[in-house]
Parts: sequence; C-alpha cells; structure tokens
Amino acid sequence: MAEVSAHPVISADQLAARYRGHEVWRGASFTIGAGEFVGILGPNGAGKTTLFRLLLGLLAPADGSLEVLGGSPSSARPRIGYVPQRRPIDAEMTVEALELVRLGLRGNVFGLALNGAAERKQAMAALKQVDAEHLAHRPLGVLSGGELQRIFLAQALVGKPNLLLLDEPLANLDIRREVDLVQLINGVVRQQEVTALLIAHDLNPLLPVLDRVIYIARGRVATGTPEKVITSKTLSELYDAPIEVLRDSRGRVAVLGAEEASHPHA
Amino acid sequence: MSHFFADTFSMNLIQDLRDMWQYAFMRNAFIAGTIVAIVAGAVGYFVVLRRSSFAAHSLSHAGFAGAAGAVWLGLNPLVGLLAFTSAGGLLMAALGRKAAARDVQIGTVLAFMLGLGVLFISLYKGYATEAYSLLFGEILGVSRGDVVVTALIGALLLVVLAVVYRPLVFASLDEDVAEAKGVPVGLLSACFMLMVAVATAIAVQVVGVLLIFALMVTPPAIAERLSRRPAQALSLSVLVALLVTWFGLFISYYVPYPVSFFITTSVFGLYLLTRGIAFVRK
Repeated sequence: MAEVSAHPVISADQLAARYRGHEVWRGASFTIGAGEFVGILGPNGAGKTTLFRLLLGLLAPADGSLEVLGGSPSSARPRIGYVPQRRPIDAEMTVEALELVRLGLRGNVFGLALNGAAERKQAMAALKQVDAEHLAHRPLGVLSGGELQRIFLAQALVGKPNLLLLDEPLANLDIRREVDLVQLINGVVRQQEVTALLIAHDLNPLLPVLDRVIYIARGRVATGTPEKVITSKTLSELYDAPIEVLRDSRGRVAVLGAEEASHPHA
Repeated sequence: MSHFFADTFSMNLIQDLRDMWQYAFMRNAFIAGTIVAIVAGAVGYFVVLRRSSFAAHSLSHAGFAGAAGAVWLGLNPLVGLLAFTSAGGLLMAALGRKAAARDVQIGTVLAFMLGLGVLFISLYKGYATEAYSLLFGEILGVSRGDVVVTALIGALLLVVLAVVYRPLVFASLDEDVAEAKGVPVGLLSACFMLMVAVATAIAVQVVGVLLIFALMVTPPAIAERLSRRPAQALSLSVLVALLVTWFGLFISYYVPYPVSFFITTSVFGLYLLTRGIAFVRK
C-alpha cells in the first residue's frame, strides 16, 4: 500500500453532503495520498457520485472541510481527470474519438483553437496510453461500451491530471473487459503516480489492486484498507444491520444482506 | 440591356451574374443570402450536434408570431422576429437545462406562439402576401436597409460564435465533463439558444419560417456525414448553405418559381446524394 505523503491529494474532515435539501451522508474523515487507488463502494443511491460532485467543487460541503490537491475543490479542477457515469452515445454521432479526447486539453478555453495539430498529437498519445490508437478516427456513435470507456479514460488522462475520478467505468462491461480496464487503470495509477478514485458496484474485479476503500451506506462513510472495511463487523456497523461477508478460496468476496439493509423500509 | 427578367442562360456564368446584378433587388438578395447562409450554416452545425433541431423549429414559429405582430403594428418584421425568437430562446433555456428533457416544454411554447401568430395575422387587415412571405421567405424583396442590418447582426453573431466555439463544442459533445472542467454549461446553453434565435430571425427573410431547416439543419446534416471533425464539418456546412442559396437565387432569375423552393430542393437533393453515397460505400 502506498504511503500517505506529507501533502495529501484529498483530505476530508467530518465532511457532510446535502443534495436538494436532503442530507446524503455525514461524518466522512479520510486522507488520500499520491498514487493511491481507491474504490468507492456502496448500494445504489448511497451518495457515491455526490462525493465526486463535492471533490469537483460542483457541490459545496454541507458541513466539515474538504481539500483537494492542497486547495479548494474548484481550484483543483484543471488537475482532475473526470469520467462521469455514462449514458449511451447517439448512434448517429459522427464526430471522431480523437476530437473528444482533444477536448480534455483546452476544451474549456474560450476563443478559437489555433494549435490544433499539437493538440491532436497529444490526444493521440493519450489514446495510445489506453491502447485505443486504432479507434482515433472512428465515429463515436459506432463504438462499443468498452471502447467508449477507453476513449473517456484517454480524455481524462490527456491533460496529465494528478487525480482521476471514475464514476462506474465498469458498468455494462462483460467480466473480461472489466478485468482489462481495471488492469489498464491500475497501470496508469502505478506508472504515473496518479491518484484514482473509482466508483463500482462489484468490488471483486478491483480487490487485487485497491489500496483503500471508501464504503458509503445508510448516510455513513467507512474508510480503510479493503481487508479492514470489507468485513462482517465493519459493514454491519455501517448498515446498522446484520451483514455477512463471505470469502471463497480464491479470495473473491460476497456481501450478503447489504441490498436489503440499504432500503430497510422498502 | 432594356429587358426585364427575360434574360436567358448565356452559358457564361460571369456574364449571367453580371446581367442579374444590374438589378438592385438581385444584388441585395445575393448579399443577404450570402450572409444568412454563412450564419445559418455555422450556427446550424451546433443545432445538429446538440440534437436540438426541434428547438430551432420552435424558435422559427415564435419568430412568425413576432413578425406577424410587427406587421400588424406597422413595424419592420425583423424587429418582431428578433424580439420573439430571442425571448423564446431564453425562455426555452430557462425551462430546462438538459436538451433531452426539453421536448415537452418546447412543444408547449411552440403551440402558444403559433396561436399568437394566427391572432396577429387575423388582426392585420393588409394583404395575405405579408403572411405568405413570412412563412416561405421573400428574399427578392430584401431592401438595402435590410441588407445592412443583416450584415451587422451576422457579423456580431460570427464573432460571438468564434469566442464560445471551443466550450460550446465541449458542452455539446460532453456536457458532464465540460461542467466538471469549469465550462459554464447553463450560461452557454442560454447563449446558444439566443444565437439560434438571432440566426433564425435573419434567415426567415431568405427561406421563411416553414423552410428554415433548409439552411439550418440540412446543410449541417450533410456536413456531419462528410467530416468527423467539428471545425471541418462546420466549414462544410457553411459551404453547402452558400452553394444552395446561390444556386436558388441564380435559377430563380430565369425560372419564375420561388427562390426558397429551389434552395430547399437542391439541399434535399444533396442530402439524398450524400446518404446514397454512404449507403453504396457500406
């Protein structure tokens, strides 16, 4: 596990989130250092994406404090690569993948782009990094879910970020592609000392590579190493209900009772 | 030359153009048509990229109500067009941010605006030709003053487009990431609706309310199939809009049918051609 360095990438203290007048969760305190790979887990609607909105400065903390890359979340934005949860792209969309990646560089800058060739070169390098050079000139509308995830990842990486926020990048992928993508992201995290936070539903493809877990459920947040957090004891406390964590001989984990406990009145 | 309208093709393009440009109304039509084609082709690219052609369609109907109201009050129709399309555009932007969720709101505004247009037309006691030219365009009736106003508005619109170009491409293709990168997506969306509104207002002179798509949607739809890069596709869209506008004006000088008919027909022909070529290539 990576050491937490003197300058944490993210530090949250008694952080609370409120969305549209309702408290989502509170009491989140954690510090994440450079080069850590962190999984964000929890049931649907627990507030995982809300945490990302706080980190991006799109939502203000309801309570507590939050620092990202040594400053306020919105000041850190240029150094954050973000892959939001995706809906499918219009099949008629003819814009090529490379142009989408290129927007990750200076797409937010007003005025005409005068350095197009240099930007396209950098975008190509980012595509190469995620083994997707061959997709560069394909229209976005014809790409598969797995191919699109690589393009989105390249877009997040092209600006050489210090922090990657990936919201459900493994959704709608088959198991083989899940494993491929996790390995790809892990490679980037390890080689470039990028800190990555990844929201996921199924933690099994991630368990071998995660340094740390942020588990959100029932308005509370638990953090620590996977071995510490993904246990019957910690999760039962978090959910305030009996949760059973089972491990098989190959280290795979099954969390029993979590879905029911997350909607106790359903 | 003493004849009027009765020129025939000389097969010499330069000579033919020189003939028709003797007449002020033809010169005005070519200049106004050129400006409108450039603006509509450029703004239209984003209409297609953002899949918001229904919004553009609605704005043209709001423009109809505004122009009909202006005619009734004895004002220049362009004043009414600008006022109503801009108000309609801002209203649509305010009703809902996500383009996909806007169909119902836009349809509601559309019906209301058309109703107003009907009222104004019935209140106006003049000739039905005014209403006809609003619906289908009357580019041969564009005055010198209209040309100047169109040129000023067109130039302003192109400057604004150049300034917002990159964030607008970003927000159009990838709104969530653009927002996370600090692009003011809500403000940009309102700005874009306003640009569509103004482009619609000046384009109505050429093709009218009902045929606005011929310049704002079909050329970018053709361009989108020919290029996969936004900057290239936008340029192609402008080129197509220009070609069909010039073609329509040129033909209408010799054949006594409406200019907008020739524009819509030639652009539709090009659209079928590009789709046909794409189909054969597959």
